[in-house]
Amino acid sequence: MADQADKKPHTGDNRPALALHVPEPRSRPGGPVNFADIDIGKAGDQPRPDEGTAPADMKDLAYGLVRVLGDDNKAYGPWDPKLDPDTLRIMLGHMAMVRAFDERMFRGQRQGKTSFYMKCTGEEATSVAASMALASDDMVFPSYRQQGILIARGYPLIEMINQIYSNRGDKLKGRQLPIMYSSREHSFFSISGNLATQTPQAVGWAMASAIKGDSRIAATWVGEGSTAEGDFHSACTFATVYNAPVILNVINNQWAISSFSGFAGAERTTFAARALGYGLAGLRVDGNDALACFAAQQWAANRARANQGPTLIEYFTYRAEGHSTSDDPSGYRSAQEREEWPLGDPVMRLKNHLIEIGEWDEDRQQAMDLKCAEEVKATTKEAEKNGILGHGMHHPFHTMFEDVFEELPWHLEEQAKQATSERIAKFGSERPDQ
Amino acid sequence: MSTQTKPKPTGETGGERRINMIEAINEALDVMLERDDNVVVMGEDVGYFGGVFRCTAGLQEKHGKTRVFDTPINECGIIGAAVGMGAYGLRPVPEIQFADYIYPGLDQLISEAARLRYRSATEYIAPMTVRSPFGGGIFGGQTHSQSPESIFTHVSGLKTVIPATPYDAKGLLISCIEDNDPVIFFEPKRIYNGPFSGYYDKPVEPWKKHEASIVPEGYYKIPLGKARQVREGEELTVLTYGTMVHVAEAVCREKGIDADILDLRTLVPLDIDAIEASVKKTGRCLVVHEATRTSGFGAELSALVTERCFYHLEAAVERVTGFDTPYPHSLEWAYFPGPVRIGEAIDKILKD
Ligand SMILES: Cc1ncc(C[n+]2csc(CCOP(=O)(O)OP(=O)(O)O)c2C)c(N)n1
Repeated sequence: MADQADKKPHTGDNRPALALHVPEPRSRPGGPVNFADIDIGKAGDQPRPDEGTAPADMKDLAYGLVRVLGDDNKAYGPWDPKLDPDTLRIMLGHMAMVRAFDERMFRGQRQGKTSFYMKCTGEEATSVAASMALASDDMVFPSYRQQGILIARGYPLIEMINQIYSNRGDKLKGRQLPIMYSSREHSFFSISGNLATQTPQAVGWAMASAIKGDSRIAATWVGEGSTAEGDFHSACTFATVYNAPVILNVINNQWAISSFSGFAGAERTTFAARALGYGLAGLRVDGNDALACFAAQQWAANRARANQGPTLIEYFTYRAEGHSTSDDPSGYRSAQEREEWPLGDPVMRLKNHLIEIGEWDEDRQQAMDLKCAEEVKATTKEAEKNGILGHGMHHPFHTMFEDVFEELPWHLEEQAKQATSERIAKFGSERPDQ
Repeated sequence: MSTQTKPKPTGETGGERRINMIEAINEALDVMLERDDNVVVMGEDVGYFGGVFRCTAGLQEKHGKTRVFDTPINECGIIGAAVGMGAYGLRPVPEIQFADYIYPGLDQLISEAARLRYRSATEYIAPMTVRSPFGGGIFGGQTHSQSPESIFTHVSGLKTVIPATPYDAKGLLISCIEDNDPVIFFEPKRIYNGPFSGYYDKPVEPWKKHEASIVPEGYYKIPLGKARQVREGEELTVLTYGTMVHVAEAVCREKGIDADILDLRTLVPLDIDAIEASVKKTGRCLVVHEATRTSGFGAELSALVTERCFYHLEAAVERVTGFDTPYPHSLEWAYFPGPVRIGEAIDKILKD
């Protein structure tokens, strides 16, 4: 990366011209890919310090990569969470369901049933396995690629689809962009479209829990690109100052739409190492290794629960699909990246591990995949009875004006009347409030 | 400004307790901390020291460190954390040290706090009251004297409240803290210690002599969305709030104008009934605020009055405001909408 100054230095000035560095990713469309510089280490090599360890005594963990599953599909080392086979099968089941769900919803968008969708292909472990290490009433403040948490927490698929279709069954009354779920019952915070805003909120929630002497902790998820937002740094400051019982999960999937992680500072250091300057515990984890994701989250949760403080975890992973249905990654990165990603596919790795330990086989996997696909398909049909986006079966019209405030003020009541009269002018009196 | 104890009432006459606005705010916080375990007070310097304006003095000592505490100098973090606390079930009362420093926290207020109820269809709410001293006339210069209220009145889902007296400050603040919607509570710092006539070169009357500084002890509420009739008159309606209430009052008194002065108290929700009734009675309307003119809240008031009272108006609605410049340090009094600017506008309205 020899950076050139764009302009010639001023004449007569014999000081060297400065050069601006603009990061460039490893690959561009059509070009070769080389991930050789990524040191993925060996599974089982990283030490697992006690959960009360001072951040300064575990700095190396912010630069290495915690891995449990080896190339031979066996589990290695002190981070092996030693989960029983039933739990592992449940984990695999949730991850397979997330994939089936993404597949179907992506298609639904292409068929015009909704405006937008975001897959998390390749990142399933970072939400499913990580959230399985939390208690069901620990509060999560997710970003938009953590559908796996809802699925792992047993949120009904039909509610997710109703939300995506913005139909009359949508509990959020058709107000949020598809995939911006909310479920208080599942301790899942309402998702914002403004990046990283959830991070200081999670810290505030955790502070409140501590103020009240509660035992519940909070966890938040944020993309590596979004860690560049001020909110994330506010969150780190508040987390460390108040020793808040919170886990800051950074999903480093290498890309923020078309900008690679270098634009969030990845060329100089790791995202886990951000923790060190704040005095937070920092862990860097193989995000495609479900066991490592579980173990890291469990470590951080134990730490938070014991009043030992917050943890920042970087999950090193890869966004295998486009950013969203509005994105075409072939326009900015090599198609080979996905094939050559050195950490494999999280679903396959967990499946192969279960097979390796004699607790699973390809037939059962096939049957499970089929069952997931069928369940999603049937639920989709069910949800469609409530309507799809733009086909009229939405929430009653007046709800647009509700919930801005607890009570409807005069100006909104007036505007609601205006909107209703517009609808009567357009459609006649039959459907002013449909 | 260096004592650690709670401010003492400024004066008591005839068995009536008269306090200033700082003390009234302190009492409101104290009452609410006492009544509701979920209330927490936080902000830069608000804990041990009691705030740069002493509004939170003594509260930490009395209610403990986890109810009243200092924060990092990080407005995004203060308001962002308050959103999370609200979602948990607390009622945070964050202080932004000067309204001029609310901008780093703006996204958390506008996109998060204000819309949380709506976007989650009431699953989550952000019942917080962001307190912040605002306005000029104290030689704060461009970074300590701004009046940014119209940035917030433009946002759906936020309430904007501005007291003009100690009595209102206490009663309104208690209402705000109990409200389930996020509220911005702007405290006119020019009148923290006493009302203001607009004549910076004349001695300021202390709250000690002012009726509106008789403040009951304990709990009472003033409802949001109800304006205060400052004085009744027939010739002209003046719509105003904050420091300018006192300036407008002094001008009308001195010029002998029989004005109907409304202290709006809350900009959102707005007391449209009181406004309409007054303008329909007088047929003339002047809007006064300290904030810059263009797209200020006065434009909204002027439009509302024109829309609703057009056939009752005898003259165009006039606006008296600050100028469209930053607040200049050495020329604060030239910027400030003082008696001359208000007087000229009144003359113009009455002439038509
Ligand atoms: C404050 C803000 N700025 C910009 C955007 C537009 N935007 C949406 S997603 C995105 C990329 C985020 O990348 P990253 O944080 O790495 O998460 P990922 O999509 O990779 O999961 C951008 C720029 C936004 N939603 N919010």
